[in-house]
Amino acid sequence: MTLPPDAGAEDEEKYLAEGIAGLQHNAFYMHRALDTNNLKDALKFSAQMLSELRTSRLSPHKYYELYMRAFDELRKLEMFFREESKRGNCSIIDLYELVQHAGNVLPRLYLLCTVGSVYIKSKEAPAKDVLKDLVEMCRAIQHPLRGLFLRSYLSQISRDKLPDIGSEYEGDADTVNDAVEFVLQNFIEMNKLWVRMQHQGPMREKEKREKERSELRDLVGKNLHVLSQIEGVDLDMYKETVLPRVLEQVVNCKDDLAQYYLMDCIIQVFPDEYHLQTLETLLSAFPQLQPTVDIKTVLSQLMDRLSNYAALSTEILPEFLQVEAFGKLSSAIGKVIEAQVDMPVVGVITLYVSLLTFTLRVHPDRLDYVDQVLGACVKKLSGKAKLEDGKATKQIVALLSAPLEKYNDIVTALKLSNYPRIMDHLDNSTNKVMAVVIIQSIMKNTTFISTSDNVEALFELIKGLIKDIDGARDDELDEEDFKEEQNSVARLIHMLHNDDPDEMMKIICSVRKHILLGGLKRLPFTVPSLVFSALKLVRRLQGQDGDVVGEEVPATPKKIFQILHQTIEALSSVPSPELALRLYLQCAEAANDCDLEPVAYEFFTQAFILYEEEISDSKAQVTAIHLIIGTLQRMNIFGVENRDTLTHKATGYSAKLLKKPDQCRAVYACSHLFWVDDQDGIKDGERVLLCLKRALRIANAAQQMANVTRGSSGSVALFIEILNKYLYFFEKENPQITSSVIQGLIELITTEMQSDNATSDPSADAFFASTLRYIQFQKQKGGSMGEKYESIKVN
Amino acid sequence: MNYIIGAFKPPCIISITFSDGKDRKQASIKKDNGQIAMVPVFQSLENIAGEVSLEPIQGKKVEHTGVKIELLGQIELYFDRGNFYDFTSLVRELDVPGEIYERKTYPFEFSSIEMPYESYNGTNVRLRYILKVTISRNYASNIVEHRDFCVRNYTPTPTINNSIKMEVGIEDCLHIEFEYNKSKYHLKDVIIGKIYFLLVRIKIKNMELEIRRRESTGSGPNTYVETETLAKFELMDGAPVRGESIPIRLFLSPYELTPTYRNINNKFSVKYYLNLVLVDEEDRRYFKQQEITIYRLLETTPAS
Repeated sequence: MTLPPDAGAEDEEKYLAEGIAGLQHNAFYMHRALDTNNLKDALKFSAQMLSELRTSRLSPHKYYELYMRAFDELRKLEMFFREESKRGNCSIIDLYELVQHAGNVLPRLYLLCTVGSVYIKSKEAPAKDVLKDLVEMCRAIQHPLRGLFLRSYLSQISRDKLPDIGSEYEGDADTVNDAVEFVLQNFIEMNKLWVRMQHQGPMREKEKREKERSELRDLVGKNLHVLSQIEGVDLDMYKETVLPRVLEQVVNCKDDLAQYYLMDCIIQVFPDEYHLQTLETLLSAFPQLQPTVDIKTVLSQLMDRLSNYAALSTEILPEFLQVEAFGKLSSAIGKVIEAQVDMPVVGVITLYVSLLTFTLRVHPDRLDYVDQVLGACVKKLSGKAKLEDGKATKQIVALLSAPLEKYNDIVTALKLSNYPRIMDHLDNSTNKVMAVVIIQSIMKNTTFISTSDNVEALFELIKGLIKDIDGARDDELDEEDFKEEQNSVARLIHMLHNDDPDEMMKIICSVRKHILLGGLKRLPFTVPSLVFSALKLVRRLQGQDGDVVGEEVPATPKKIFQILHQTIEALSSVPSPELALRLYLQCAEAANDCDLEPVAYEFFTQAFILYEEEISDSKAQVTAIHLIIGTLQRMNIFGVENRDTLTHKATGYSAKLLKKPDQCRAVYACSHLFWVDDQDGIKDGERVLLCLKRALRIANAAQQMANVTRGSSGSVALFIEILNKYLYFFEKENPQITSSVIQGLIELITTEMQSDNATSDPSADAFFASTLRYIQFQKQKGGSMGEKYESIKVN
Repeated sequence: MNYIIGAFKPPCIISITFSDGKDRKQASIKKDNGQIAMVPVFQSLENIAGEVSLEPIQGKKVEHTGVKIELLGQIELYFDRGNFYDFTSLVRELDVPGEIYERKTYPFEFSSIEMPYESYNGTNVRLRYILKVTISRNYASNIVEHRDFCVRNYTPTPTINNSIKMEVGIEDCLHIEFEYNKSKYHLKDVIIGKIYFLLVRIKIKNMELEIRRRESTGSGPNTYVETETLAKFELMDGAPVRGESIPIRLFLSPYELTPTYRNINNKFSVKYYLNLVLVDEEDRRYFKQQEITIYRLLETTPAS
């Protein structure tokens, strides 16, 4: 009876229903025979009942249903046999023969197994003999599906009757061997049947068959589970007998489905300790598997298990060393990759990821191992173009991230010589992602990188972020991502630190070297970080100035300033003049603190040049000029001549701003350049007054312009601001600023505010009111200040 | 009516009893009319003793010219029905001519009788043993009564009993090697063996072992051969692959076998064969037949 090729599910349902009906029919008569203790009929009807299992028309799934029903009935029969032999009606030995009279082989063997179970229980014969007989006799079923289920039945009924150590069925000498032998044999036969199943039936149904076959795998795997449960299977026996035999079968069956499943099974069911001690044997099987077997998953599972095991307790670790687990795994992976020529790159890398994970968990102290793994991976990847495969790239990222996560310390990772070589194999965008990951790791752990060698290595790693890579397509860049990346680089620069100035100097040089390669778009992000990092060093040197500075010391502020100068110059050549200007001013201020007048002057010069040549936007100009003024005000090293030149420039530019209010504000800000509120600062009251007067003039002009253009006078805010400046210098004892001048200004403002065409400006009103309140307050305060203010009248 | 029946009734009832009839082992035989009867079992060189009792019908006397008892071994061939070949014939005179008025018993004994052949009831031939009592009469027909008994002879365990081992096959198609542990089996024996598949290129569905009985009767042109399959025992289910070996374990006890009989009195032979049959998916049968010898082993009854 072969299955008609197109037998649909409907037909199958029908066949199953028929089978169940036949089974129940005979089971009914069997029950009757059991009830009346009619052995002959019981045997007859049970054999007929079991004949339903001879069908070839059911899929494994449906066959299982039928089998389960028969199984339940056989339990009853078994009980009957047990009672029968107890009652002495028929000895168990006779029963064992009687059931073998059945003409059909499948029912006969089911009955034999059933009686065999009772036979073992009766202990009239050693369990091992009965089991051996049963497992041998079952060879008669060569039909895969029927054979599998029969042997599964055998396994089921014998599970609690194995002559295991400590079992009541244990014989006199060494019977564990027999138990193991029995299970092994059953396993081997079942696997053979299972593998053979794929060849049954027409080729075009192969896929369906493989699916069905996969459903049956647990029947086979159960045996391995049973083996693992046998008490007597200790490490020695596992090593000497169980594993070699199982592996032999796995390798020889040459079936990818079985090999994958069984290897996985072995790894899952036996204890980790055994795996560790038999690593060599176990691993030697892998390269022999079929090329289509998904070895990477299985091997990864093994390594996962082993590393979990290692994590259990530190006492286990020496065992790993003793068996050279790493070396064995590593060479096994090498062999597997060699053997499976067609393995995709992603598979290869996944294997290495697992090995790396294993290494990191088991041998965290062995950096050389980690590097070895990476090296092996590089070797495999070399000669290949950059990876296009998304999955493979993902695995590489995993591979590279693992050490970072483990060590939380990039410095360790930097020692891995193969690390950057792997990164080279990533495509550009992934390379960047990885670089960002590295930086984030540094940030998260606030790792300071403190040698220039490490800095070099690190920049080698993240070069994807540092410079344009050949062939990279800019148009695809996302602006925001780019900013994020560059910002992280900028942050990174601050993590490069060493307390030793010389080393720090080296670091700065090397960073500079790298970031200057960055091109137009990157410099604005990276240069400021570098500049401030360098300035930090300058400040530090400045503190120990004098005693340390010598000819042989490379890190002197002067030198640093030279470097900075060149660096910022690079920035000004790209369209970031404002930024460059700010940096120049920062440097100038630092130089000021270091008493390096020429240097500071030079920086200012550069700043002004930038202002003149590059900054054309009026708003930018306003900001820039204020910055210049502010910085300049704090400078105290300039000689009179230099200072005059610079202040002259500053005031000149202030007055040339485009908008009148801007002019005004810049000019009154310039007033501070002539009055430095320090002990030996410049106090040139006359020029202060000049500035303020000039500001007033400009404010006036602004007012008039507003009148002309809009028909209403503008805000008086400028006047109030100037008034506040007056008050400031008044309090600072500038002889040129007298109370009458202030009085005049207050009245001017008051008049302006009350004039007809004044627009009401609440903020200006409030500003003025609070200024007046301040004056009032100062008057009331009494003391010298009160006296000073006495003469000012406020309405 | 009664009278008429009475007229055909033998005037004397003869009954034959065996002296150890109650203890002796019995066997069932099929009688001419198809009924199964239990008869005592003897073996060669045993003493066959007992009593014959004659009981005339009430009030009648039986006049006779002598009473004798015969022990006959007969072979009856069915194609030659009614013709018996007596291969053994022994006579004991029980009484001299005279008259019998009342019940009379005679002991008889055949001692150490050689009964070389076993009782056999086959398809075309029957071999049987009988005790025949004849009351001879002058004018009326003789009064005859017979009693069947069964003979079974036991053979000692053969000293040479080689296994049967053979490699057979169809070129490039199927090669097997089979082995039966012995060539001679007793009736309650078990056939143990193995079939090795050396080459399998056909899709085998199953394999069975048959026990066949070949009974040949007559001789020369008048030889009749009858073959009967007594057992069909499935050995294997499904298609094996190269290298598989399938066990054989066949208990003979459930089957009604007799020992092998070779050329019994030049009249017939009964031989047994094991027929190994492989059936492929197209229901083609491939088979190989091997003769085995079956013998009767003295059953050792467990000492109780």
